[in-house]
Amino acid sequence: MPSPLSTKRFLFYLILGWIVLVIAQVLIFNRLFTFPLKITITDSLISITMLLLASLLVLNITKYYLPTSYQYAGIIASSLVLSLLWLLITNSFLKIIFDSQVAYLGFLHNSLVIRFTFAFLLLTIVTTASILWYNWQERQKESQRKSDVEALSREAELFKLRQQLQPHFLFNSLNSINALIGLDPQQARKMVQQLSDFLRGTLKKEESQMVTLEEEISYLNLYLEIEKVRFGNRLQTRIDIREGCKLALLPTLLLQPIVENAIKFGLYDTTGQTLITISCHLDQHELVIIVSNPYDPETSVPKKGTGFGLSSIKRRLYLLFARNDLLITNAKDTIFETIVKIPQ
Amino acid sequence: MAKVIIIDDEFLARSMVKEYLKKHPQLEIMAECSDGFEGLKAIQEHEPDLIFLDIQMPKISGFEMLELVENPPAVIFATAFDEYAIKAFEAHAIDYLLKPFDQERFDKAITKFMAQNRPAATESTKALLNDAQLPGSNSRIVVKNGSKIKIIPVQEVLYLEAADDFVKIFTKEGYYLKNKTMSFFESFLPADMFVRSHRSFIVNIQEITRIDPYEKDGHVAILKNGAKINVSRNGYGKLKGVLGL
Repeated sequence: MPSPLSTKRFLFYLILGWIVLVIAQVLIFNRLFTFPLKITITDSLISITMLLLASLLVLNITKYYLPTSYQYAGIIASSLVLSLLWLLITNSFLKIIFDSQVAYLGFLHNSLVIRFTFAFLLLTIVTTASILWYNWQERQKESQRKSDVEALSREAELFKLRQQLQPHFLFNSLNSINALIGLDPQQARKMVQQLSDFLRGTLKKEESQMVTLEEEISYLNLYLEIEKVRFGNRLQTRIDIREGCKLALLPTLLLQPIVENAIKFGLYDTTGQTLITISCHLDQHELVIIVSNPYDPETSVPKKGTGFGLSSIKRRLYLLFARNDLLITNAKDTIFETIVKIPQ
Repeated sequence: MAKVIIIDDEFLARSMVKEYLKKHPQLEIMAECSDGFEGLKAIQEHEPDLIFLDIQMPKISGFEMLELVENPPAVIFATAFDEYAIKAFEAHAIDYLLKPFDQERFDKAITKFMAQNRPAATESTKALLNDAQLPGSNSRIVVKNGSKIKIIPVQEVLYLEAADDFVKIFTKEGYYLKNKTMSFFESFLPADMFVRSHRSFIVNIQEITRIDPYEKDGHVAILKNGAKINVSRNGYGKLKGVLGL
């Protein structure tokens, strides 16, 4: 931990304080008590310099020994001891130096209580300030560490949420390719290519990276092509992008899991053809994406709020935008809608 | 000659099985189905010896379809990824193929099927279906009403009553029979909604209007529609806990 002495400003104040006190003492002794300048300067230099040394001692002690809570008794006791020590030393020095100045020695003797009180007050202030400073430092470091940990875990969580590639999708796609190798090798090769491009896309992107809607849609198309090979005619899709939102930004790999969810929900909740629509438009400062799929209200009971596997997307949006209202779902008649808003 | 039916919602997955079956002329493909409804119809029509069955399918899962078959044949499940189902398959010695699979693995499954007799196959299929660990949506119960399949959301179930080898599932419209055990339903149904109040009864707690003392140390629960449900001493304790009395 850096000591307050390592900050230039603190050091400056300490020296300034020392100079001010020396000058003040000289002026007071010289003008009020009319002692010669030589005596007052010597007295001031010795007293105040010793006081400065005591302060430095306090600063260094508190660096290694920081009272856990505000132990006032401890602070006062240590200041008392230090002040007494200071008094003893300065008094001895001055007595030795001015052993022939009887008037001054008398004055020195009379002013002991005042000197002691002054040193005690000053050292108490220095000790308290030093403790406060170190405590503040400690807290600063603590909160820094805390926010570091938070940022780290947020990154990790985003990574995990994004990585939730459905193993079902992967293995079923491989199974389709396996079948195509016998039936239509050309198509099999094409699907291997598409699957590779799709997987590469999931690998290279950063968690919090923003991409344009155009990029995200082209990535989504890759995914839809693969699903259409798997499900054939059963899966129909329609993508409708309004003018002006192609360059709108959204978190990478956000759309695909939402569409995947809609496809799963739509295909497994109805027999026959399933139409999935994806429409995007700008509403003031938000990009609004609506994904719809058919469902059967009699047999599936949409949970309130999200549900249907959308909670991880909701969580991701919360981590990125600190808002909980960016993903809503809406069930009407036989159409289930997932609506995502991305602040621009 | 053994009769085979393939049930999978993906065309390519079915054609994969068909291709591998070419090496086994002793097996005849009677039907190919793309969902559980078609599957059930084909099973009733052809009475196959073996079914290749996908788990995740439109509307009703492979398990839910199989539950509606009275005398299930041998089943080889084909699934992409389902760790809980796989645990259940292994617990009941049911064969399964993990997609994608190759001819060699497929041939092994066929060899195993040929070595097994029909009653044993039926028994292990039934045991699998009664395993409460079997993954499935616990928000609904699939039943057969004549030749029609009905999906009952669990909140529409009033109560269940044991009836020999079956369980009667009571709804507002009447009851449906299902070839399952009470203990299966006890662990299958959401525990915050249904309580096994008695050896022979499971009750939807939202339907209870009051609980009266009955005979020596029993109770009886009166439902909104007037039905009376037996409550044992143990069941009374459980009801009190759930209802917060």
